[in-house]
Amino acid sequence: MIGGGAVAQEARLSEILRVFATLGMLSFGGGLSGWIHREVVTKRRWMSEEGFLAGLALSQVLPGPNSVNLALYIGQQLRGLSGAAVAFLGILGPPFLFILALALAYGWGAGVAGVGVVLGGMAVAGLANSLSVAARAGRRLRGVRAWGIVALVFVAVGLLRWPMIPVVLVAIPLSIALSWHEHV
Amino acid sequence: MFERLLALILVFAPLSLVSLGGGPSIFAEMQRQAVEVHGWLSAWEFNELFAISRAAPGPGSLISALVGWQAAGFLGALVAALALYLPAAGLLLAVGGWWRRRGDSPVRRRIERGLVPVAVGLILAGVLTLMRADGAGVLEYLLLLACTAALLGGASPYLVMLGVALLYAGLLRGGWL
Repeated sequence: MIGGGAVAQEARLSEILRVFATLGMLSFGGGLSGWIHREVVTKRRWMSEEGFLAGLALSQVLPGPNSVNLALYIGQQLRGLSGAAVAFLGILGPPFLFILALALAYGWGAGVAGVGVVLGGMAVAGLANSLSVAARAGRRLRGVRAWGIVALVFVAVGLLRWPMIPVVLVAIPLSIALSWHEHV
Repeated sequence: MFERLLALILVFAPLSLVSLGGGPSIFAEMQRQAVEVHGWLSAWEFNELFAISRAAPGPGSLISALVGWQAAGFLGALVAALALYLPAAGLLLAVGGWWRRRGDSPVRRRIERGLVPVAVGLILAGVLTLMRADGAGVLEYLLLLACTAALLGGASPYLVMLGVALLYAGLLRGGWL
């Protein structure tokens, strides 16, 4: 069980590879965390909601693409280094081969203009997936203090475009301190 | 050949550790190194590769594979991608391993609980940033809300994705886009 809360199932390495290989091909325009959440928390119960969100925050704070970091984190928490390795292979392998094939096709003169517009629309659907993760997590948040932290981070990083690292370096300790004495 | 591969590693491995939030933070430096410093490709070609990487699944930073491909073929693509991803992966595993060894404890649960609102705020900020980067208009924001409502109502993401693809294909055919 990872991070307390929900019942977690034992994850097999082949299963981790299969899940992330499928997920890797779904990420158009950066909305992948919603898909990962659906597979890992909702459908398979490999992790609790809190464990997942902690990994998501960590993935966003450390360097590297969020989706790759999240895959590494989940693989490692489930099965250690070998879990992380298959998750990494799964989430990057298929898109790596696909992008080379696409570049080859482009070089041969296949038109991609119309495809780009449709993929742009699908990117919006991917972002909606992320937004639904935020909405579901938001339903579980209680109290003005937690929502104050959400607003603080959103306004600073999203609207004011402040650099993320200093913002979270303030927001994380503040958030933990504010909720420390509430019942776990 | 070996020198090309070494040069790819020397360009991409340091970028790995400053790629905060993934690709967007390092595109400018990647372009400068590949085009101006090493001359692996022209600025125009870089923009084309950028468009391809936006249209392909996977993180946008996979453009590193395309740059590596231009510089040194398939091996170049592999070396460039690994150089860009492995250093950051090592750092994440170091932090994650420490976290995992702590096991389940009240302290860990308190920290995880405190991270939740920060994650929610970051997701909202990320969605807004990517919508802006794609030049989203009223249509896209309405679509975003409609898709989110459908997903929260229990719709399958695959169906939502398919619906959006069909909608856009229809709009494109009708000359609306």
